[in-house]
Amino acid sequence: MWRRALRAGLGVRGMATNKKKSPVPPKEVDGKTRFDLRPFDPFLIDSPTPYAYSDQSELLEYFRIMYRMRRMEIAADNLYKGQQIRGFCHLYDGQEAVAVGMDAVLTFEDPLITAYRNHCQMLSRGSNVKEILAELTGRYAGVSKGKGGSMHMYNRKNNYYGGNGIVGAQVPLGAGLAFALKYEKKANIAVTMFGDGAANQGQIAEAINMAVIWKLPILFVCENNQYGMGTSALRASATQDFYKRENYIPGLKMDGMDVLAVREGMKFAKEYAINSGPLYIEMDTYRYHGHSMSDPGVTYRSKDEINDIKKSRDPIDRVKERLIEQSWSTAEDLKAIEKEIKIEVDEAAAFSKVADAPPVETLYHHIYHETFPIRGTLLNNGTRVGFSST
Amino acid sequence: MLGKKRRRKLSSVPEAVTATKRMNLCAAVNDALRITLKKDDSSIVFGEDVAFGGVFRCTSELREQFGRNRVFNTPLSEQGIVGFAIGYAAMNCTAVAEIQFADYIYPAFDQIVNEAAKYRYRSGGMFNVGGLTIRAPCGAVGHGGHYHSQSPEAYFCHTPGLKVVMPRDPIRAKGLLLSSIRDPNPVIFFEPKILYRSVVAEVPVEDYTIPLETAEVVRPGKDVTLIGWGAQVNVLMETAQLAEAKGVSCEVIDLVSLLPWDAETVVESVKRTGKAIVSHEAPITNGFGAEVAATIQEHCFYNLEAPVRRICGFDTPFPLVHEKYYLPNKWRCVEAVFDLVAA
Ligand SMILES: Cc1ncc(C[n+]2csc(CCOP(=O)(O)OP(=O)(O)O)c2C)c(N)n1
Ligand SMILES: [Mg+2]
Repeated sequence: MWRRALRAGLGVRGMATNKKKSPVPPKEVDGKTRFDLRPFDPFLIDSPTPYAYSDQSELLEYFRIMYRMRRMEIAADNLYKGQQIRGFCHLYDGQEAVAVGMDAVLTFEDPLITAYRNHCQMLSRGSNVKEILAELTGRYAGVSKGKGGSMHMYNRKNNYYGGNGIVGAQVPLGAGLAFALKYEKKANIAVTMFGDGAANQGQIAEAINMAVIWKLPILFVCENNQYGMGTSALRASATQDFYKRENYIPGLKMDGMDVLAVREGMKFAKEYAINSGPLYIEMDTYRYHGHSMSDPGVTYRSKDEINDIKKSRDPIDRVKERLIEQSWSTAEDLKAIEKEIKIEVDEAAAFSKVADAPPVETLYHHIYHETFPIRGTLLNNGTRVGFSST
Repeated sequence: MLGKKRRRKLSSVPEAVTATKRMNLCAAVNDALRITLKKDDSSIVFGEDVAFGGVFRCTSELREQFGRNRVFNTPLSEQGIVGFAIGYAAMNCTAVAEIQFADYIYPAFDQIVNEAAKYRYRSGGMFNVGGLTIRAPCGAVGHGGHYHSQSPEAYFCHTPGLKVVMPRDPIRAKGLLLSSIRDPNPVIFFEPKILYRSVVAEVPVEDYTIPLETAEVVRPGKDVTLIGWGAQVNVLMETAQLAEAKGVSCEVIDLVSLLPWDAETVVESVKRTGKAIVSHEAPITNGFGAEVAATIQEHCFYNLEAPVRRICGFDTPFPLVHEKYYLPNKWRCVEAVFDLVAA
């Protein structure tokens, strides 16, 4: 019964829901409790209804994962400050609900590709904190054997295609992933993620056009965290309604700071993409840290702005409050979980400092299918192709 | 190509310098841009986050001084940035576009190679984009990894119609950037970002230019000629010092401009020394060193006492943790010097 109610609410093909105010669904269905969500903003499609049903164990699980993500990013921050992580490192704290809400709907059979702010996607695709932090510190035990670093993490087995340092470049790849699914007649979708800044790269328009003409099962997920480096979306984009940008692809904007909203939105979106083709999703979210570790993040926005969002929209607090409101957990219960996770992350961080570096010869591994001959990789820039260069 | 002999010392940094100021390379670039904005009404400076100073602060305070119509942020759209700059330059105006890292210049590759470089040629000289200068920070910084470390100069040196320039210190950075901006051809100006803050010099405060296409003998010597550009010149200077301690005298040449490049200065030197090493950070195969080596063998064949050597980055993507093995550091260079003198 509640399933039917939800399905009607989804309005995938029903297309009837939002015009007349649909009656508020029951408080409890099948042992799950209704939570009210910020209404969705649809474009060229019907909207999912702004309700989610959940229970104690689900919310506790979301809390755990999001808190683990948060701690992991804080650990990365510290490792960076201790110069254990070098180079470029972009943290995800503030945006956890997006990764977790999406993961609640997607399976590992739904290929996922994103940009460089990707540590938490990696976690949600079946990796663990230990091998992620070890990748950040460039260790052989890292997810990419220490060769990728912060921006480049992958999981072949679980259809996670990275991890991409070049802004926007991953988006057309997503269309290719989706075409493969369609070709193989799989009931899965590809998801390609990018930021509000990346949305301005021409490649995104090119990819969307292809996806629409070929009706690919793909979600273009724009994580609008309001800033692309130091430039606010207000200044970089001609419209703030990313989900309405192209008048030939339907869109859906959702509260990216609420894991339940993301989950419900994604449920709707996945079904839509499988049946009807591409959809442009906009996650309304926020990053707490600066763009990368070299950006303090407070020159182009005020501390008040950050603190206000932390106070009013924090995705972890949101789940905590719901758990406490429903008397499903006490503040002490949650503290205990936090403590446990903190230990897990601390251990991973300690490991990431002492694990072995990749062997030197991996410098010239993974360039081609064959390891040899690669020219110019001997110390004297010589080759292994039958003559010595000196 | 190897016509008249044009050997010069410290190029045309003003001889009777009136006043200087201590500047790092970043400040020197900023100073050149400030002079440009002041003197050339048509000039505009733009790129990702440029209005706030850019990620390296090279454009700091320019917006405050010259206004938001002349110093501005662009969306994150490299192809768009360069295409826009080409259009503006085609109107006989001065466009100084910043590509945040040279690693991000590739989305604009088509605009640079097919539009900017060929506009004059394909319009029979009716149009040109001489007012276009593209600034891009390049090179290794110690820990930049794949996408914050590349040296893509060779790709552009394969393109007639472009000029490609790379300074080695703040004094050259200012003079060469001013020359690049005023040069009536599109110029790509690569700034070795490791030098932004690490190298400080007494830079003349006045407006001056340094000729493009003119190599500079940075250190005279008689046994081996070492050729490089950008930050690698400093590595070659250290190499020369190490060699000198063992009694080997190296001449160090900074190519300064890669396209076109000053073959005369190089050939003249190698004819004297009979030995040459070219060194660059970019991967060895098809790096610009190959062009230099080929030219040397063509013009100095009977003077060469040993094969021309290239000490360069390896043919691998720019590595994350293995940067120190990848780079052609002074030890690899000096080993090549000793190889050559032993040959
Ligand atoms: C082609 C390219 N241009 C520029 C950059 C430098 N850069 C990295 S992230 C970024 C901002 C991207 O902002 P957004 O898409 O909103 O993603 P967010 O960082 O907010 O997650 C820029 C300019 C890059 N990595 N690649
Ligand atoms: Mg953003």
